[in-house]
Amino acid sequence: MKKSGFSRRNALELIGGGVVTALLAGTFATSAQADAKLLAEAIKKAVGDGAMKEGKITLDLPEIAENGNTVPVGVSVDSPMTDADYVKSVHLFAEKNPAADVASIHFTPASGVAKAALRIRMAGTQNIVAVAEMSDGTLYTAEKLVKVTIGGCGG
Amino acid sequence: MASKPRVRVPKKAKAGDIITIKSLISHKMETGQRKDKKTGEKIPRLIINKFVCKFNGKVVFSSDWHPAVSANPYMAFSYKVVESGEFEFAWTDDAGETVSKKAKLTVS
Repeated sequence: MKKSGFSRRNALELIGGGVVTALLAGTFATSAQADAKLLAEAIKKAVGDGAMKEGKITLDLPEIAENGNTVPVGVSVDSPMTDADYVKSVHLFAEKNPAADVASIHFTPASGVAKAALRIRMAGTQNIVAVAEMSDGTLYTAEKLVKVTIGGCGG
Repeated sequence: MASKPRVRVPKKAKAGDIITIKSLISHKMETGQRKDKKTGEKIPRLIINKFVCKFNGKVVFSSDWHPAVSANPYMAFSYKVVESGEFEFAWTDDAGETVSKKAKLTVS
């Protein structure tokens, strides 16, 4: 009996937490819950469900992008980039795009610094999320809001 | 589909230097979301999904691309110079077509 009581409490906590997250997301847009779920799934697929810490990543994005078809993104991660300690990958996500995955960038110790730039499509104003995977398996995350005046995913 | 691969790599560098490599290729990067205006049917996805940079045969940088990467994809990244040699860049699309480009680097 005691055991089942614990699991019920855990279940209630989980539901409570879910409601709070959903409420927070709901203030941004009605479909935010679905977007957040897609984003979480995409992140899980890319790096698994390990704990993520904030920091180390610098996202270089414009505050306002006039054209969502080509938004410049610069990303850099603080790391010594030695054989023992380097950034393996940086995954980029856009939660409101038809698919959350944007690109995965794979560095090696030969990169010297973990820094890359590319251009991406954005369907509308949204957060760009970066997840960095270190050589020891630790995960870091960062996000930045970009306002998009004209979306860039066809139609 | 992919054409005109362009890369910018310094011709000469010193050992230990960190150089920036810029690459660009012409490709429509069809997302699979667009519809044909006449028929109303979806245009199938056709994008470059893999970019790889090798130096003297060893992979030094690579990237997986999804439809959210812009048309005519641009990629800039860094490389720490050790020795003279040759870079080989390769872009592969959904149809399995690979376009590659080479660039030499001399350590002075």
